[in-house]
Amino acid sequence: MHPAPSVILFTSLSGLGFGLLFWLGFGYPGVTGGTAFVFFAIAYLLAVGGLMASTFHLGKKSNAIKAFSQWRSSWLSREAWLAVISLIIMGLYGAGLVFLGTRWTLVGYVGGLLSLATVFSTSMIYAQLKSIPRWNMPLTPALFLSYGLAGGALLSGQIATTKALLLVLALVQVAYWALGDRALITSGTSMASATGLGKIGAVKAFEPPHTGTNYLLREMVYVVGRKHSAKLRIISLLLVAVLPMACLLLPFNHLLAALAVISHIAGVFAARWLFFAEAEHVVGLYYGKR
Amino acid sequence: MTTLPTGTDRKLGLVIDLDTCVGCHACVISCKGWNTENYGAPLSDQDAYGDPSGTFLNRVHSYEVEPAEGAAQLIHFPKSCLHCDDAPCVTVCPTGASYKRTEDGIVLVNESDCMGCGLCAWACPYGARELDLAAGIMKKCTLCVDRIYNENLPEEDREPACVRTCPAGARHFGDFSDPESDVSRLVAERGGFDLMPEQGTKPVNKYLPPRPKDKLETEAPAALPAVATETTGFLSWLDKTLDRLPGGGAN
Repeated sequence: MHPAPSVILFTSLSGLGFGLLFWLGFGYPGVTGGTAFVFFAIAYLLAVGGLMASTFHLGKKSNAIKAFSQWRSSWLSREAWLAVISLIIMGLYGAGLVFLGTRWTLVGYVGGLLSLATVFSTSMIYAQLKSIPRWNMPLTPALFLSYGLAGGALLSGQIATTKALLLVLALVQVAYWALGDRALITSGTSMASATGLGKIGAVKAFEPPHTGTNYLLREMVYVVGRKHSAKLRIISLLLVAVLPMACLLLPFNHLLAALAVISHIAGVFAARWLFFAEAEHVVGLYYGKR
Repeated sequence: MTTLPTGTDRKLGLVIDLDTCVGCHACVISCKGWNTENYGAPLSDQDAYGDPSGTFLNRVHSYEVEPAEGAAQLIHFPKSCLHCDDAPCVTVCPTGASYKRTEDGIVLVNESDCMGCGLCAWACPYGARELDLAAGIMKKCTLCVDRIYNENLPEEDREPACVRTCPAGARHFGDFSDPESDVSRLVAERGGFDLMPEQGTKPVNKYLPPRPKDKLETEAPAALPAVATETTGFLSWLDKTLDRLPGGGAN
């Protein structure tokens, strides 16, 4: 799949933002006043910034408001609703903390859970697609939730929780890569089933429909950079988990904490780029590609 | 509404005969022509005189299929929207632009609602939907909904443009919910099949497999024997004369 910058920014940043809102909702850290304002401002910048980025790739932005209409059937629509409701409830909860110094516990719990549900619905936009076997796995929501929870814990400054969650994240990410590499083969979709000609013999693409490229190939048969995937996997794992973990294991200082955060965010971008670039859409089989 | 109907009154769709298709791409051109000049946003091209790319609702692939024994076959393979019963493109749509019609099962995009997010094109395993780069909205085969019910057209033209134009008779249009329709009978008689059945989309359009080919002789034919042994007349004289020349006399 084409790793569009708008979609990488959207899923990465909003995942971190809603992950942070989840922890803030449950009172980690238990801040009020100006400090609370800073935490909430960071969370809102990430979450809202990510959501804004997601609209960049729309062909007709004037119809974007209609995306709220199909929550009964569409995960994208559900995500839109959950994001807006979470942001409103967490805004109310944050206002209590910042301006009144009061913690409305129940409001925080509800807002925190809805923030996590937003991350889940983002992941389901991808996990629901049978046409992309690498995404069509229960590990996809597990992956997005791990990223949101670990990144949120890191941003909220909980060192012990972050260490545990970074370990979980690394394990889920490695499992996702291992299972994902077999997903297309185990899906049963092949050139033989795509063309129905497998009964006659071995099917080979002889001539594409057009001499030039097209929307389908640009959008869904993205193969640039796949040869570097092994290296990029190692780099992203180092940045997202290993380096932040090392920073947190050393005696605490603010410079190391900042390094851990920067490294983690850079790692999230690299891993998310791979999430899209490595995903094979079965339509590629019609072109003899994967 | 992007939930799928529990059932449709009719199931309109196409049968594509892979035995008959000659790969001329006339269906591609007639589709592009009709759907550019009529309903909805035109099918645009980008950089038509440089490195061209454009929106098409129907594309013809060609495959080489090599059996375990015998000669390889070249099979032309037109592909457009299959108007699936369980269309994954419809349920993912967040705006309600994509829908499957209850009356005839045609899958359509309401262009005034589409925001061009492209998720339906991702959901389709067949590559039947293309985002038009000029209009910014999703385009797909409408089964020529503006022809098949159009009483301003002569009756023989009330079928999809691709079917009407096919010079080989490789495309057939009809109602699959009627077991006695031409398309249903073709599928039954010729063993029509679904593309990617494992994807669970339950496509309405069916493909007819190429008929078994005559088996070619696997060994090269032996050298032709002389037809006549005793010859007379002019040709006999010419034959003998040529034999006497240097280098002659073979066979």
